[in-house]
Amino acid sequence: MSGSEISIRSTRVLDSEGKIVGAMPEFARNPTILLRLYRALVLTRTFDTKAVALQRTGRLGTYASSLGQEAVAVGAAAAMEPTDVFVPSFREHGGQLWRGVTLKELFLYWGGDERGNDFSSPREDFPTCVPVGSHAPHAVGVALAFRLRGEKRAAVCVFGDGATSKGDVAEALNMAGVWKVPAVFVINNNAWAISAPREKQSAAVTLAQKAAAAGIPGAQVDGNDVIAVRAVTEEALARARQGLGPTLVEAVTYRLCDHTTSDDASRYRDDAEVSRHWPAEPLVRLRNFLTNAGHWDKAKEEALLHECSSAVEQAAEAYLATPPQPLSAIFDFVYAAMPTDLMEQRKAATLAEGAA
Amino acid sequence: MTELSLVQAVNAALKRAMDEDSRVLVLGEDVGIDGGVFRATDGLFNSFGEQRVLDTPLAEASIAGVSIGLAAQGFRPVAEIQFTGFAYACIDQIINHASRLRSRTRGRLTCPMVLRAPAGGGIKAVEHHSESPEAMFAHIPGIKVVIPSSPARAYGLLLSAVRDPDPVVFLEPTRLYRAAREDVADDGTGMPLERCFTLRPGHDLTIVAWGAMIREALEAADQLAKENIEAEVIDVATLKPLDSATILASVARTGRLVIVHEAPMTCGYGAEIAARVAGGAITSLLAPIERVTGYDTMMPYLRTEAYYMPNVPRILAAVRRTMAYA
Repeated sequence: MSGSEISIRSTRVLDSEGKIVGAMPEFARNPTILLRLYRALVLTRTFDTKAVALQRTGRLGTYASSLGQEAVAVGAAAAMEPTDVFVPSFREHGGQLWRGVTLKELFLYWGGDERGNDFSSPREDFPTCVPVGSHAPHAVGVALAFRLRGEKRAAVCVFGDGATSKGDVAEALNMAGVWKVPAVFVINNNAWAISAPREKQSAAVTLAQKAAAAGIPGAQVDGNDVIAVRAVTEEALARARQGLGPTLVEAVTYRLCDHTTSDDASRYRDDAEVSRHWPAEPLVRLRNFLTNAGHWDKAKEEALLHECSSAVEQAAEAYLATPPQPLSAIFDFVYAAMPTDLMEQRKAATLAEGAA
Repeated sequence: MTELSLVQAVNAALKRAMDEDSRVLVLGEDVGIDGGVFRATDGLFNSFGEQRVLDTPLAEASIAGVSIGLAAQGFRPVAEIQFTGFAYACIDQIINHASRLRSRTRGRLTCPMVLRAPAGGGIKAVEHHSESPEAMFAHIPGIKVVIPSSPARAYGLLLSAVRDPDPVVFLEPTRLYRAAREDVADDGTGMPLERCFTLRPGHDLTIVAWGAMIREALEAADQLAKENIEAEVIDVATLKPLDSATILASVARTGRLVIVHEAPMTCGYGAEIAARVAGGAITSLLAPIERVTGYDTMMPYLRTEAYYMPNVPRILAAVRRTMAYA
C-alpha cells in the first residue's frame, strides 16, 4: 500500500530572496515580460490595499483579499491566451486584471453592483464564483465546448485548498479526465480555509496528488514565484492544446490576510505564523531578482507605485461616482424576455418607488 | 401524424431539436448507446454520434455544472437526470449558477440549457424514484419549470424548452411515459411556454392540475359530467412562469376551484395558485379553494404508494364539498 505517497514534482525558479534556484523558462529571459509580471503583482496589491480601505470605511462590501497570493492568479492568467477562458474563484483579482477586467469593474463587483461582472473584456470569462468549488464543472463545460468545436482554446479554473474537499471539484477533475478536455485547474493553496488549516482539510500529502485519482497529471509549484506559476501553467496549457487533457496544479502560497474583511484570523491563527511567511511573499523576490539583474531601481519602483496608485485611485473614484442601478434593473436580467407576472411585479415596484 | 407515447414524443422532440440546431447536445448517464434508462434518447447516439450525445460519468451535480459551461459557450445542452430524486444533487448548480448567470453578468453570459428528469410516482419504483419536486424548482427565480401531460404537449413544450434562451427544468411524468399514445405531428412546431392549456371546458367548477394528475382530473370530470356537473380542466403545463390569466378567467366564470397535485400539500405549487386566485378572483369565489394533493409525508414505498397518490375518489370528494358549499 503506497497510495498516500504519490510522487509529485514541485517547481520553483526564484527563491524568496530572488535567487535563481530552478530552470529559467524561455519567457523569463525577456525582461519586458518580467517587468509586466512585476507590474501586475504591484497593481494587484495596490488594488487590494485600496479595496480593504474602502471596505473599512463603509464604501465597499465584504471583500476577499488576495494579499500574499497575487502570484497564483497573475501567473496562471499570464500563461493564458486572450481567447482562453478564465473561470476564477473569489481571490483572483490579479488574474482578472491581467485578462483585461478593469479596476473599476472589480470595485463595482465588490461594491455590490452586478455591472462589475459585465466585463468590457474578456467577454467570455466567468464572473467571480463565491460558492466554493462549484465553478469547477463550468470549466469542464467550457473546455468541452472548445474540444467539440475543435478550437485550440483552453479553460483555466482557480479554486482554493478548501475547494479540493468538495465533490464538485472531485467530479470536475474526474469528468475532465474522462473527456480529456483542455482545462487547467489551479489550486490556490494558501494554507487556510477560513479557520481550517491545510492539515485539517485533507490527509493527502499534497493536494496535487488528487489528480492521480482522476487519471490526470498533478504538479506542485511555489505559488509565491510568479515565474514558476506561469511556467507550470503554460506547460499544462500546451498539453491541453495538444489534446492531451487536463492538469491539476497546486500553487503553494500563504494567506497573509484574513479570509475576508468580515473575518478576524487572530481568533484561530498565530500572528507569529503570519510573520514567518511574510519573507516568502511574491513581490519582493521578483523585485530583488530584477534589481540584481539591473532591470530595476528605486526610482523605477517609486514611479511604478505612483502609476498603480493613481490608476487605482482613479478607478475607485469612478466606482464611487457610479450611481446604483435603477430599481428596474433587478427585474431586467432575470430572463431574456420578461414573463407577464414578473412584469407586473416590476410595474408595481417601480410605481411604489416613484410614489415614495 | 404518428401515434407516439409520451417518452417517444420526448425522443422525437430531441431528435428534431438536434436536427434543426447543431448547438443542441444531449448529455447524461446512459443516454448514449443505451438510449437512457427510459429510452428517451434511444437512437440519438446512432444518429448524431458521440460528439453530440455524451455519456457522462455518474455525477449529477456536474452534469448540471458542465451544462452551464457548455451553455455559456453557446451550446444548447439538454441534460438528463435519471430520476428527480437524484436531481437534488443539481440544485446547487441550478440555484447558484444556471438560474442567475444572465442576471449576475447583466446579460453577458447566458444559460440556455434544459434539465430533463422523469418525475412523480405511481410506477412502483424503488425509493427516491417517485419524487415531485416541482415547487422547489418553481421557487427559483430565473428558471422555467415545465411539466407535460400528454405526448403532443411533451413534444411541443420540449421543443420550446430547448429553443428557450434561459434554463428550463423539464419534468416528465414517469407514469405517463408509456400510458397512452396519441397522434403527434413531428413537424417542429413548439408550444408556448407560460401558457396553461384548457383541456376541457366547463362552467360549474375549475380543476387545475399538471403532469400525471391530469389523467385523474379528466377522469373525474368525465364522471361529474354524468351528474350534469361540468368541470373545466386546466393543465398548468408551465409552472414557472405561471399563466395566471387563464386560471383567473376560468375561476371568474366558475366560482369554484379544486387544485390537484401529487407533491405534498404544504408549500406545494397549489398554494401559489390558491394565493393568486385569492388575490385576483376572490369576489368570484363561491366556495373555499380545495386542494387534493399528496400528504405531508415521505413518498411511501411501492406497496403503499396508492395510499399517498391523489385519485379520482379524492378529487370527486373535494368537488362535492366545493359544489355543496353555499
